[in-house]
Amino acid sequence: MGDAGMGHGGMDMPVGSVAPEIVLVVGAVVVLVFALFAPRRAQAGAAVLALVTLGVAGVASAVMLRGPQPLTFFDTYAADDAAVWAKLVVLGVAAVVVALSVEWFAGDARHGEYYTLLLLSTLGAVVLASAADLMAVILGVLLSSVTGYVLAAYHRTDARSGEAGIKYYLLGALTNAAMVYGAVLLFGLGATTTLLGLQGSLAGADRLALVAGAALFVLGLAFKLGAVPAHPWVPDVADGAPAPAAAFLTVAPKVGALVALGRLAMALPEDRVGWRLLVAVLAAATMTLGNLAALWQDDVRRLLGWSSVSQAGYGLMAVVALGRSDMAVASLLYFLAAYAAANLAAFAVVVELRGRADRAGYAGLASAQPVLALVLVLAFLSLVGVPPLAGFTAKVLLFAATVDAGYTWLAVLAVANSVLSLAYYLRVLAPSYFEPLAAPVPVLGRWAKTAAVTCAVAVVTLGVLAEGPLDAQRAARLLPG
Amino acid sequence: MLSVAIFVPLLGAVALLVARSLSERSARLAALAAAAVPLVVMIAAWVAFDGNGDGAFELVESVPWIPTLGVGYKVGVDGVSLPLAAMTALLFLAAIAYPADRRGRPRQYFAAFLFLEAASLGVFLALDLFLFYVFFDVSLVGMYFLIAVWGHGDAPRSALKFFLYTLAGSLAMLLAILGLYLASEPRTFDMAALIDQQPLRGGGLGAALVFLGFTVGLGVKTPIVPFHTWLPPAHVDAPAPASAILAGVLLKMGTYGFIRIVLSMMPDTFRRFALPLAIAAVVSIVYGALVALAQTNLKRLVAYSSVNHMGYVILGVAAAAAGMPDDPDAARLALNGATLEMVAHGLITGALFLLVGSVWSRAGTYELDRFGGLAGRAPAMTGATVVAAFASLGLPGLAGFVAEFQVFAGAFAIYPVLAGVGLLGIVVTAAVFLRMLQRVFLGPLPERWASWHDLSRTEVAALGPLVALVVAIGVAPAWVLDVIDAATGALVGT
Repeated sequence: MGDAGMGHGGMDMPVGSVAPEIVLVVGAVVVLVFALFAPRRAQAGAAVLALVTLGVAGVASAVMLRGPQPLTFFDTYAADDAAVWAKLVVLGVAAVVVALSVEWFAGDARHGEYYTLLLLSTLGAVVLASAADLMAVILGVLLSSVTGYVLAAYHRTDARSGEAGIKYYLLGALTNAAMVYGAVLLFGLGATTTLLGLQGSLAGADRLALVAGAALFVLGLAFKLGAVPAHPWVPDVADGAPAPAAAFLTVAPKVGALVALGRLAMALPEDRVGWRLLVAVLAAATMTLGNLAALWQDDVRRLLGWSSVSQAGYGLMAVVALGRSDMAVASLLYFLAAYAAANLAAFAVVVELRGRADRAGYAGLASAQPVLALVLVLAFLSLVGVPPLAGFTAKVLLFAATVDAGYTWLAVLAVANSVLSLAYYLRVLAPSYFEPLAAPVPVLGRWAKTAAVTCAVAVVTLGVLAEGPLDAQRAARLLPG
Repeated sequence: MLSVAIFVPLLGAVALLVARSLSERSARLAALAAAAVPLVVMIAAWVAFDGNGDGAFELVESVPWIPTLGVGYKVGVDGVSLPLAAMTALLFLAAIAYPADRRGRPRQYFAAFLFLEAASLGVFLALDLFLFYVFFDVSLVGMYFLIAVWGHGDAPRSALKFFLYTLAGSLAMLLAILGLYLASEPRTFDMAALIDQQPLRGGGLGAALVFLGFTVGLGVKTPIVPFHTWLPPAHVDAPAPASAILAGVLLKMGTYGFIRIVLSMMPDTFRRFALPLAIAAVVSIVYGALVALAQTNLKRLVAYSSVNHMGYVILGVAAAAAGMPDDPDAARLALNGATLEMVAHGLITGALFLLVGSVWSRAGTYELDRFGGLAGRAPAMTGATVVAAFASLGLPGLAGFVAEFQVFAGAFAIYPVLAGVGLLGIVVTAAVFLRMLQRVFLGPLPERWASWHDLSRTEVAALGPLVALVVAIGVAPAWVLDVIDAATGALVGT
């Protein structure tokens, strides 16, 4: 429980601060009931209901911007701008994934229920974005994970989908258990589970126990983030899971987890546990490993999976700079939106191409599907960090924050990694533009294509019109005090 | 007004991509129209340019872009950027007009050129470091597609190498830009404010690292030996008009960055490291010339001569940086020469690469020993090549001489030994071009070229202005030098 004397949050329990969460729960139930009773041909209606739910949750989140108090529910739950922005990103991601799923699951007998799972998984990521208490973080991670396993294995007759689900589950079970142990240790040391309380009470904690507790806890977040050492599930899920679910699982949980990790870092006493260097090493290992593994992938979906590992590494740079650079929080929040838009755009193209994974199958794409090829170019160049796309501004912010925080070596490594990443993105782009069409290119349908184009537009507008989000994020903090 | 020069080609590129039913002929006409606008704008800017010697930016247009980060959309010109931007506009018009094998994708071909033109003009006109970087980096994307789609030989591979190398350079420069930005107070990317603030005046490790970042980033683009290895394959495998732009315009972005950013915003640090840079420049001069001498491939020969010529520019800039406090007159001379060399080399090498393209379109080979005696069959082609080659080797009366003379005259006062070694490069370059002229145009005409046809009307129309300007600047350089001098005087503080 929070320290009554801190006074950062109210002692009341304003239901309004969890309005988006409540909307998601209600929406998930409504969708489930609908799916139970609606006839087979009307199952796609569940998608519309899910979109409506996400839209309402988005409005309920947006009105909380510039709210009066950063923490609520006895300091266990954040209602600050960072939480709102992360939630908006997560909800937007979920909406795009719904659009990607409509045609993909059209023939699936359990089409309607899928959206219930998706909404609950979204809720998990949303809770993570707001969690200001160890138990709330665990709640978010578990909710996001349990639903994630099912989403990954949703094609239950497909061996690869099942394998992806099992791998995801085994690693998840291990890391989530470690996370609970970590929480126990931190609670034992700090006598509270709220991050705000821990910020004060961990100051004199035993160093070894503190490092062990923090490291175990971070393991659970690294799993959600797809960061080293809990990253191995990412390429398998990207490749094996239904492509729309893969798009969701490689983006949404990351958004929540990175914010949660940032909040946790702000609660740890830096003189007792050198978390900054630890996160910097994790960032370095994650971006480098992800890029090296992606370099020779001939499976585009695995390539996207590894690329999303490397992107998690860039995101961790923002955490490294927290508290040292006034650009850190903005870089974290902006990066998440930029990454989400670009990664979803790339996955959306894969979905629209009916899950096409073989790199050779992209030959001549530009002549058969010029719009999709262009979306892929924009998505990949944004992930590399080419201006004026969103990924560029994100990298400028991340690099600036990292250098500002005194971690120039990490920025230099990130530069080297960005160059490396261009090489494998071009291995997909080059055949699609410079080789003749090998075979006809069947596509999924209008919903998926619209989603792909929407994401590409977001990649461009977020980059060119960066002032809007950056101005709004300027004052964002992850933990008061 | 200057923004029009950037956005008309950009909109033209978009329009060409969208207009699916356009024929090759109308696509070409549309592209020419869109490319003519920047040239008109630059001529008008030249007329309107005041250049009263205080080095201030003129014709400035400024709109806040990302004020939270201190980023603005700001364009303008001074005596250094105006001639470069004007040369860029002219060279793009010539390149777009030049005949080329457009591989059945004419709309995309012209769109890529217009996109690249917008980016190139943006680099020279930008007065905000963020904006500068945006254009600098975006130009890579345009050139990548031009080489890979419309190139020949192992084009995709050469394009990939070009993209990877220059992106690595760009990102190194980005870190350096951020270093400058973080040191500024209040934080800003505005060039005029940064020149005013001199944020890294204190020197130290930070300033040295920022300088290193700029040197690597701009050095790859220029290129300075040993960062030049991307250049020969990219130049050779690109379609001729793209080669002309690559050598004529894109390389200048590197040297321009040295003047606009490093020399203007951190002259103290530049002075500390001017000597190693000058040595690298002389190595580029001599090495570029010697390697060009060894080439049996006509296009590689011209490509390596670019390494040599960009060495002159860097030598001039480095000498200016070193000489600024003690010998401002020599520094000014060297900087004037370096700036004029950028313009002259753009015109000369642009013409040379276009001519090489004409040779390729007729012969399908670049091998020097397969040619000979073309002078009799193609007098116009011979004449244009002779003028460009003589200008390139520095014959008095042509543009290259005026520039190189000033570079060396200035550099001799500051780095006498280095300048002396650098002169060897001029001697070797003379041998390079004389041998080239002899092997291609003189001697007996091989049987297979008996029906070789001279330059077409289109080719003459595109090359004519370039060659005419090379002569005009060579004979009467004052009209360009006065403009340049207005800025360099303020830069070196005389």
